[in-house]
Amino acid sequence: MSARVRLGLLLVLLAIAVALPLFVSNFRLFQFTQVATYAIALLGLNMLTGYNGQISLGHGAFYALGAYTAAIMIDKWNVPYALTLPVAGLLCLVAGFLFGIPALRLEGLYLALATFALALAVPQILKYFEDWTGGSQGIVLSKPKPPWGLAITPDQWLYFFTLAVMLVLFFLARNLLAGRTGRAIVAIRDNPTAAQAMGINTPLYKSLTFGVSAGYTGVAGALSALTIAFVAPDTFNVFLSITFLVGIVIGGLASISGAILGGFFIQFVPNWAQDISKAAPWAIYGVFLILTMYVMPFGIAGTARLLMARRLRRAGTARAG
Amino acid sequence: MEILFQQIVSGLATGGIYGSVALALVMIYQATDVVNYAQGEMAMFSTYLAWSMMNAGVPYWAAFFGTLVVSFVGGLLIERIVIRPVEGKPVLTIVIVCIGLLVIFNSVAGWIYSYIQKPFPSPFPPRPIMLGTVVFGAHDVGAIVVTLIVLAFLYAFFRYTTLGLAMRAAAQNPASSRLCGIRVGWMLAIGWGLAAMVGAVAGMMVAPIVFLDPNMMAGILIYAFASATLGGFTSPGGAVIGGLIVGVIENIVGTYVSFIGTELKLTVALAVILVVLVFKPSGLFGRPAVHRV
Repeated sequence: MSARVRLGLLLVLLAIAVALPLFVSNFRLFQFTQVATYAIALLGLNMLTGYNGQISLGHGAFYALGAYTAAIMIDKWNVPYALTLPVAGLLCLVAGFLFGIPALRLEGLYLALATFALALAVPQILKYFEDWTGGSQGIVLSKPKPPWGLAITPDQWLYFFTLAVMLVLFFLARNLLAGRTGRAIVAIRDNPTAAQAMGINTPLYKSLTFGVSAGYTGVAGALSALTIAFVAPDTFNVFLSITFLVGIVIGGLASISGAILGGFFIQFVPNWAQDISKAAPWAIYGVFLILTMYVMPFGIAGTARLLMARRLRRAGTARAG
Repeated sequence: MEILFQQIVSGLATGGIYGSVALALVMIYQATDVVNYAQGEMAMFSTYLAWSMMNAGVPYWAAFFGTLVVSFVGGLLIERIVIRPVEGKPVLTIVIVCIGLLVIFNSVAGWIYSYIQKPFPSPFPPRPIMLGTVVFGAHDVGAIVVTLIVLAFLYAFFRYTTLGLAMRAAAQNPASSRLCGIRVGWMLAIGWGLAAMVGAVAGMMVAPIVFLDPNMMAGILIYAFASATLGGFTSPGGAVIGGLIVGVIENIVGTYVSFIGTELKLTVALAVILVVLVFKPSGLFGRPAVHRV
């Protein structure tokens, strides 16, 4: 795909996204806000797992940290909601960086294991600090009102707000990953020894990637707290972390657009799965997960790219012949 | 002092169960380099099968051994059908497939048997055993004995039988084993079958304590991970000892460190995993991993 076609496509999609509130109900719009929120979290996880090759089964923990940071700041100190996002992001960045340091010594399976343990422990930890987190009752917030007297509903405002945050974060991530830093991150995934021999500071890059990844997921968590206007420990269970992994795998590992596709998948497919079988939506989820690994290991985005490349190649040979 | 002894004894009992799940994890890891995230859910499912049999009027020990046979066949089939296509693929692929299995088992168990807790019988008499002033629950002692029997059985199997030797060979050097005429693929499948069996034993031993429900193994799995990490992922005996140590640590810390109590018990397991991985990644009894560049 040439750069101009790609830009055109991007603008069309953006126009659709901006016009969306005119056509859909508030509930649908709430779901799309969720998609955008998930997309941010998935992009964060994808940086770590897809690009840098560090498997995390515990990103739900950073999502929870972000959500609770926002909720506590608004509930206890009346901080304006927009300010909670950078704080949540920074806090998770630091937490992720610190968790990334012991994680340096862990490869593949062991890292997956340590993060899995983190994901399992989160609800308990949240319930423990009851004075801050409200225990298993959680914290109830009120939905932010649209500013400047705009004549739109709070759901519409939240949608635009989330979309704007998502666009900014995606732009930053694209720049980070397309440049020198991004190449270093990918080189570490593909061959850590060679990367180090080329002069890349592997430990620093790995723990920084962990930090940035956690930061993205933390911002997403804060946004989710604003959108749902409620946080409770049991929503941040281990299945949330698994859901994120499902999202990046099905959307496409090491792909920026894959994060958005994954966001759509984890928002809407559970509902469809529930229609197929009321009792076992997660079973269908699991089957999806395994089948994706068999037939399209690079997810939707990767498969699309592959098909496109194949068509271009065929067109090329036809012209040459 | 008595309280301390009491805590150590009950720690050893739960530790035996962690140890047997850890043993199942280590067996699969050694044979196939896969950490089976679905191990806990597979054990839970086996326990439900045993429950169904007993509900249908089958006596305890018949149901026990019946479940072991079904679990063995089930584990074998899962390796052949689900894991085989991704053999030798990147770690992430295998982790994801195991996670897929985890959610399938969890969800199907909830679908068939509902999420309501069910009591599960213990084969041991309810009467406690007194030794001086220290009380042993009969089930606790029974669970430890069963774990030790399983360990002894596995040791004998791997040490003294041709099949056990073939399995060890297949895990250590697949290419040479194949040249000697060992069916490496089937050895891996048998490894999964055995691990499913060990998991089933653990499930049936833990269910009388925690009650049977589809999520009962989530907490136990994290302790099993901690045990396997502490003992070393390459050492089956280490996994059981690791399990006993983790069980005792959990109980003593829960009793004596007031801010942890029962609410932060899972966090203790997380801390054990992190500390071991940072300071001694190969565990107490494991071999350090060596990579060829």
